[in-house]
Amino acid sequence: MARAAAATDAFNAVAEPRRREILDLLASGGERPVNEVVRLLGISQPLASKHLRVLREVGAVEVREEGRLRLYRLNARALKPIHDWVRGYERFWSGRFDRLDVVLEELKEEEGGGGGG
Amino acid sequence: MAGSKKAEVTLPTDERILITRGFDAPRHLVYRAWTEPGLVKRWWGGERGEVRVAEIDLRVGGAWRCVMILEDGSEAAFRGEYREVLPNERIVSTEVYEGAPGAQALNTVTFEEREGRTTLTVLVEHASKEARDARIGSGMETGVREAMDLLERVAISLR
Repeated sequence: MARAAAATDAFNAVAEPRRREILDLLASGGERPVNEVVRLLGISQPLASKHLRVLREVGAVEVREEGRLRLYRLNARALKPIHDWVRGYERFWSGRFDRLDVVLEELKEEEGGGGGG
Repeated sequence: MAGSKKAEVTLPTDERILITRGFDAPRHLVYRAWTEPGLVKRWWGGERGEVRVAEIDLRVGGAWRCVMILEDGSEAAFRGEYREVLPNERIVSTEVYEGAPGAQALNTVTFEEREGRTTLTVLVEHASKEARDARIGSGMETGVREAMDLLERVAISLR
C-alpha cells in the first residue's frame, strides 16, 4: 500500500479506473446508495466505500442521508480543473496560431505582390 | 484578420493530445513559417514569451532548439530531433523541455491543403506515462480523456 493514498485533487481522483466507473454510474442515473454501486460494478463493499470516500474528498461526489440510507450523486463541477487544463492548453496553442496567422499574411503578400518591399 | 479562430484540442487517448487549426494560406507557406528560424521566432512563444533562440537543422537526425524568455525573465529551453521530414506534408520530431530532460514527447505535424487553405494538425504523443505526467504537471495522470467524456455526457456548462 502507498503511504498516503490521498487523492488531493480531481486529477488524482479520476486517475483510478474504478473511480471513473463509479463516476460514470452516477452520471447515468441520479442518486445511488453504496449497495447499488457494489452490485452494479461487482466490487466489494469496502472497496466501493473507499473509492466513494476519495471522490467525496475532492468533491466529485456528494452524499445525502435519507433515513438510514446514504445516497451518492455526482458533482461534475468538481472535475472542472481537468476541463480548465484542456482549455488552458487550447489557449496556449491559439496564442501561437494567432501569431502564425500574422506571419502567413506577410508571406502571402510577399509571394503574391510583385511590388512588395 | 483570422484572430478569432481557435485551436481545437482533443484527447484521442490518454497519451495523446491532438491540436487542429485551419489557416487561410497554402500549405507551402505554413510549412515555411513552421520551419524557418526567423519565422518560427515570431510565433513559437505564443503569449508566453519572446523567442530568443530558434535553431533548426531540418533533416532526419537533425536537431532543433528553441529558447524563450518568460515574463519573469527566466528562460525556457526546448529541443529535439527530427525523425521524419516530408516537405510541405509532414514533420515528425521529438521534443523535450530542458528543465525535465526525461520527459520526451513525439510530435507529428501534418499540413493538408484544400482550395488554398491549410489544415494543420499537431499530434503530441508522450513516450511513457512518466514522461507525460512530468510534462503535463503534477497530478495529471491517466483518465483525463474519460473525465472530459464524462463532463460531456452529463452535459453541464463549465465555461
